[in-house]
Amino acid sequence: MRELSLHLLDLVQNSIEAGANKVTLEIIEDIQTMDTFVIRVTDNGRGMDEATCKNVLDPFVTTRTTRRVGLGLPLIDMSTKQCNGKLTVTSTPGCGTVVEALYQHSHLDRPPLGRIVETIRSIIIANPALDFSYCHTVDRAVFSVATRELIEILDDIPLTQPDVLVWLNEYLTNNVMNLYK
Amino acid sequence: MKTIEDLKRLRDRVQSETRVRQESSKQIIVGMGTCGIAAGAREVMSAILDEIAKRKLEDITVRQTGCIGMCEKEVLVDIVLPGQPRITYGRVTPADIPKIITQHVINGQLIKEMVVGKITE
Repeated sequence: MRELSLHLLDLVQNSIEAGANKVTLEIIEDIQTMDTFVIRVTDNGRGMDEATCKNVLDPFVTTRTTRRVGLGLPLIDMSTKQCNGKLTVTSTPGCGTVVEALYQHSHLDRPPLGRIVETIRSIIIANPALDFSYCHTVDRAVFSVATRELIEILDDIPLTQPDVLVWLNEYLTNNVMNLYK
Repeated sequence: MKTIEDLKRLRDRVQSETRVRQESSKQIIVGMGTCGIAAGAREVMSAILDEIAKRKLEDITVRQTGCIGMCEKEVLVDIVLPGQPRITYGRVTPADIPKIITQHVINGQLIKEMVVGKITE
């Protein structure tokens, strides 16, 4: 996958399949001081024991029964290592999992973040029952949004209401663009 | 610049326009496993949301699902209409979405050449 925002979509789907109903997605870009790019997904899914956790970077280990190869995490692991970074997976059975990918921000091989707005919009709209929050930091600028706050405002209007879709797209686009100003 | 205040105004307007809101019954489900995403599921999802906004369709729910084992046929898009079997379309691209939405979701007619599965629930 060419974009980090596609990996993020993949990680959130992993959390959902682990039974999570609360997922937090953080992007922390420290350009000026540390030159780091961190993406972190925290969920309250069923978690993994130590043995499984050690094995998740092996493409031939998967909990899925529909196919025998799992490529999501191994692909991210590979891309971090190419950029002076690393992938860390920490998990507690019954509590949840944290997946953190670290890249050197300025590394030439670092995949671009890509169309993050499409990723966030897709997660929010297609999973209205998921307590999802997104927090994106670029140096000192911060933008965050949570499904729950939108649903509370919307009352009984669904997120797929056409005008809401248009609003959400512009809201996310404006705010993410502002982070880089 | 869109703000949360705009969303509140939008809510008040929509609430005053709509009468009794019925639970949405038409469902579109996109496969979002690693296989689906690698095959372009996010772009297909965006095309669906854009089409709903463009056509001002009020009664559609959109959901995502994981890998169901037909990875070679991704992107998979399922359509569930009330009282009808769940239809799975395979190798869907964003360009197919206007046709799937107008022909199947709105008018209830299958696009036979794209169907890869059918589940009667």
